[in-house]
Amino acid sequence: MRRATIYRLLVVAAAIGLLEVLCLTGVIDKITMQAPHLIVRDLFRMLVSGRLNGAIMKTLTNTLLALGLALSVGIVVGAILHRYRALRDTLDPLFATYYAVPIFAFYPFFLVVFGLGDLPQILIAFMLGVVAVIVNTLNGLDRVPTVLLKTARIMRLSSMDTALRMTLPAAAPYILTGIKLAVAYAFIGVIGSEFIMSRGGIGYEISFAYTSFDNATMYPLIVLILLASITINAGLSRWEERLLARRGLR
Amino acid sequence: MTASMNASRWSGLRNASVLIAALLVLWQVLYWWVGDVALASPLATFRYTERLVTGETFGMHAYDTLRAFTIAFTLSVVIGLAVGFWLGFAKLAGDVLEPMVVAVYAIPKLTLYPILLLAFGLGLSAKVAFGVLHGVIPIILFTLTAVRNTKPILIKTGKVHKLSPGQTVRWILFPAAVPEIFTGLRVGFSLTLIGSLLAEMFASQRGLGYLLMTGIGLHNVELIMSVTLLIIVFAAGVSTLLLHIDHRLHRRT
Amino acid sequence: MAAEQVSLRNVGKIFSSGQPPAPLHALGPIDLDLKRGEFFAVVGPSGCGKSTLLEIIAGLTPATEGTVEFEGKPIAGESPDGIGVVFQEDASLPWLNVSDNVAFGLRRSDLSDRDKTDRVHNALQLVGLSDFATSYPAQLSGGMRQRVCIARTLVMQPSLILLDEPFGALDQQTRLLMGDELLRMWRETGATIFLITHALDEATMLADRIAVMSARPGRLIDIVETGWPRERDSRIIEHAEFGVITARLWKSLREESLKTIGRARAAPSSKP
Repeated sequence: MRRATIYRLLVVAAAIGLLEVLCLTGVIDKITMQAPHLIVRDLFRMLVSGRLNGAIMKTLTNTLLALGLALSVGIVVGAILHRYRALRDTLDPLFATYYAVPIFAFYPFFLVVFGLGDLPQILIAFMLGVVAVIVNTLNGLDRVPTVLLKTARIMRLSSMDTALRMTLPAAAPYILTGIKLAVAYAFIGVIGSEFIMSRGGIGYEISFAYTSFDNATMYPLIVLILLASITINAGLSRWEERLLARRGLR
Repeated sequence: MTASMNASRWSGLRNASVLIAALLVLWQVLYWWVGDVALASPLATFRYTERLVTGETFGMHAYDTLRAFTIAFTLSVVIGLAVGFWLGFAKLAGDVLEPMVVAVYAIPKLTLYPILLLAFGLGLSAKVAFGVLHGVIPIILFTLTAVRNTKPILIKTGKVHKLSPGQTVRWILFPAAVPEIFTGLRVGFSLTLIGSLLAEMFASQRGLGYLLMTGIGLHNVELIMSVTLLIIVFAAGVSTLLLHIDHRLHRRT
Repeated sequence: MAAEQVSLRNVGKIFSSGQPPAPLHALGPIDLDLKRGEFFAVVGPSGCGKSTLLEIIAGLTPATEGTVEFEGKPIAGESPDGIGVVFQEDASLPWLNVSDNVAFGLRRSDLSDRDKTDRVHNALQLVGLSDFATSYPAQLSGGMRQRVCIARTLVMQPSLILLDEPFGALDQQTRLLMGDELLRMWRETGATIFLITHALDEATMLADRIAVMSARPGRLIDIVETGWPRERDSRIIEHAEFGVITARLWKSLREESLKTIGRARAAPSSKP
């Protein structure tokens, strides 16, 4: 597997190198994009100057709020639905078609009801992520082997003990999949909403930079977001892999 | 057997009806709570939708959206299947590139939108490109997984029946992979739609996405809700149909 | 203490499930006494209710008729202390290593940490997994994982151990060796063992007494005494009586098994 990582780095390096060449030779003109090394330089300058720290903090805070909301509501709802089969069966068509619907279409509605503050974005991001958490929590709870629950009864574990020491660890890898998705969706929801219509945050800055022909700000910001989401997602995937590998599920 | 299948079909229908009824009630209650400034009642929305759909310009907008979406989806399927099969069969390429494809899945693609606009300009190309960007990823990933998860026993079976590699693929391997691939196509369908609609909201003077933005700009609540309703009904409707086919395919295995 | 550790009188189990509810007479009536410290096996055709019987004794499921007593006290819906159960499916906890898995059995006990560590150590030695204390179940073979489950049961020092086809998922040779291990543990702990198995040779080899169950609803149609010495292992296969006992088991069992797969004749044959 190590060989694949090396190749991957080579592919990325080659792609960036290609972009560099295309930009420097003018095949890609300056109005469309500046050379990668310039983007990196601009990114450093931007971070050091602290000019956009406010926007970064805003986006980060809203993402974390949306994530926290999606996780707490999602896991609790998932646990409840797992218990009440009839309710779960009724909501099943909703979950199945949920991600086919452009959730962003609700953004105007939220804007009108909640005004131009941060709440619409957080709600959109929450709505995007919560169903992924619910569905994966249900999946994880489904997959707890019955024999483990029987063992808990033989050992006369209390309900709380059974839930915390048997059910939760058994379902953990699958719930983690839901968490991973919720993180990605929280990010997408907040930044996407900022992009469409907002007065702050990184998404807004990118949109503003675009309309102002300010490539020197726009590209570094895009790169920043790409790096952040890739790193976080990769980290969570590694954790998920470890959990699954230790249990022999990979 | 048939009796229980029918029973489950009816209960599925009943569940869906209960759900839709509940959502309509929720909608009506929200309307009473929030008022005309933010929402239109279900009834008003239905009436407006009827007027909208039979109006002159609607056909043009719908056509525009469908055209962009169809081109984007076709491209997504073709590229997605091709790349998916390649990465599934070629072990090294698959190992190297798959994590990168997965990474793209997690990126807020709306941030890449300005780059696409700069590259493709406003209009159809940008819409298609954005749609493809969204839709091709799941198709690649599901196809890749389907190919990788081919059970070795199937290949052995082909050999035992003295089939050529081509025949093995056609008669054994491909049918075995179809359910998984179809799931990828289904997810790709939804995401391509979302992608092209999002693109339409910014880079177009026509289409349903554009109508939505117009509604937002003019604060025309009925228009907003009407277009949203149409999009939801279309997306959910087709998605349910595809899900149904998906279940039938998976039940065979 | 009474010689009878477990007493079942007229025990039966009727399940009602489905729409509309259709009662399923799964088991009984059964009268059975388990003697303290004996090795008792149960064989029977598929679906005859052997597992249900085990779960009733374990307190996992209530009998719908009759009484069950453990150590003179009725079992009432909860699993009594002093009973350990090993299931056929792998019940090892995949997120804990072997040592922690075994220690999990002591979760509810108020022994000192020192005592707990000692018990875990002893249990691991008893099942022969001392060298694997820090391994994870995923790294072990099926047989070793079952030994982890057995160790986790032994660590609670139960006086009655119920095993529901514990070696069902293992290959024949591993099963025979595991049988030897089980006998050794039985002798060292002095517990009563109640084993369900579908392998006749396993039952003959391991048990002091073997009960044969009929097809559903399961009743006891024969109880065979093997009369083996306590110090025994799988080489008892060589003994002349081994074939006789196994043959007797099969004679009773064959008719019942045929009934289960729907091919029994109307009247039982008396031919050997």
